[in-house]
Amino acid sequence: MAKLILSMDGLVLKEIPITKERMTIGRKPHNDIQIENLAVSGEHAVIVTIMNDSFLEDLNSTNGTLVNGQPIKKHFLQNNDVIELGKYKLKFVQEAGGQAAAAADFEKTMVLRPAAMKAAVEQARTAGAGGAQAAQAARAAAVRQAASAAAPGAAERDSRVPGAAPAAPAPARPAGQPIGVVQILSGPNAGKELELVKPLTTLGKPGVQVAVLTRRPQGYFITHVEGATQPMVNGQSIGAAPHALKDHDLIELAGVKMEFFLRS
Amino acid sequence: MNYSQVLEIASCTDPGMVRSHNEDSIASDPVHGLVVLADGMGGYNAGEVASGMATTVIATELAQQLAKTQPYEIDRETNQPIAARMIREQVIKANATIYHAAQSQPQYAGMGTTLLVCLFYDNKILVAHLGDSRLYRLRDGKFEQVTRDHSLLQEQIDSGILTAEQAKHAQHKNLVTKALGIDPVVEPEIREYDARPGDLYLLCSDGLCDMVDDEDIAMTLKALGGNLKLAAQQLVQMANDNGGKDNVSVILVRVLRAFPAPRGVIGKVLGWLK
Repeated sequence: MAKLILSMDGLVLKEIPITKERMTIGRKPHNDIQIENLAVSGEHAVIVTIMNDSFLEDLNSTNGTLVNGQPIKKHFLQNNDVIELGKYKLKFVQEAGGQAAAAADFEKTMVLRPAAMKAAVEQARTAGAGGAQAAQAARAAAVRQAASAAAPGAAERDSRVPGAAPAAPAPARPAGQPIGVVQILSGPNAGKELELVKPLTTLGKPGVQVAVLTRRPQGYFITHVEGATQPMVNGQSIGAAPHALKDHDLIELAGVKMEFFLRS
Repeated sequence: MNYSQVLEIASCTDPGMVRSHNEDSIASDPVHGLVVLADGMGGYNAGEVASGMATTVIATELAQQLAKTQPYEIDRETNQPIAARMIREQVIKANATIYHAAQSQPQYAGMGTTLLVCLFYDNKILVAHLGDSRLYRLRDGKFEQVTRDHSLLQEQIDSGILTAEQAKHAQHKNLVTKALGIDPVVEPEIREYDARPGDLYLLCSDGLCDMVDDEDIAMTLKALGGNLKLAAQQLVQMANDNGGKDNVSVILVRVLRAFPAPRGVIGKVLGWLK
């Protein structure tokens, strides 16, 4: 579960757990988080939480809402974001437990069943619960259902990747990997250099002979793409399979000779 | 009409770097111009059972129907080509099959699958989908997503809660709002688009688009379009190089030439002769 840490001038005033789907922030007493300061509007902002994701929205406040120093209208809250309302700061902290569990389950595709949610809402209504609570219960039920469906797989994966970070598709390339360069040795473009910074670079003449140089975490590879003949590396045809390139390999493609080398 | 002269199809599927088994399932039928991709979900092996049932039921049953009926024939009830109704009926049938298996056998409880079906006919592509498996199109150097995911994330983007940039960091990428085999009734989203010679279509499971940026996918398709098999393998390799957290499946379909439906009596006779 996420929480907010309210502070002013570096002094922590209180911790507020985010327990509701919709938590309002403002000066007036009916707000879930009340901040009695004239710089804060009566209804200043709201935090809407959908499962593990929280969104902050400014409710057209007079003095605005800042997140990490930037004025926002609507913002997807991430761990350690600092919300500023006047002199007050609210730090958004996502507790490790919930997030890690969510992260472990991250890639597993699950179904969210709106129909099941509606049914649960109806049930909760007939049981006499309030509308908002019912919706929340229904959502929780639907999520539980989805989670239980995926549980065996998730548990299995937990043991293999303990505490795996929620992955934005970050390239797995180490930062210090040397850059591959191809220098053309013959033909009209002799002497020209080509830095292989992209994940893949094609070489050759379309329709005649084309090869691709791919940049991978384990190094550079050359693969035949099209044409009747395959490229040569150090005088040997590479065939149809990818061929790993070493420093100072000599490539011959569509009648042009070139040298591959690594520049760190 | 035989579409194997019109379409070039290549595919690749891989369990990825983390999962021990592949819950994705793919099928292609170049003769009838049909490709199917499904990404299964549910505990143990049930996910691959669901996706396998989906691709098998839809590919074989549709192939049987397409052998008898041409997809461009006009349906007397709706005055539309019959293809959409054929696909819809098969999707509903596959849904019922998976749903009943899940209900009747405890080891399959809760299984389901996403689905993406593309049928080519009469210079058109008919797309039916459920869940977050995607269809992209590369046309005249422009790379676009054709389908819209049935996912909570997409709904949040649509309603303005999230921007596309924020969505990349969201935690519930994996929640789909529609799937095959989960509920007794299902309504697939079915749309028809023009298909042109030179178009390159990419069907993929979320294991590709979650791990590889659209830009890199586009670059790969542009660079390796001359060798579809290699392009498909390269896409899977890029997903795996970036972590390969999920099963990855890719089907590439290139339209080689125009394929209008035969019109008039002579056209029909020629169509039979082919």
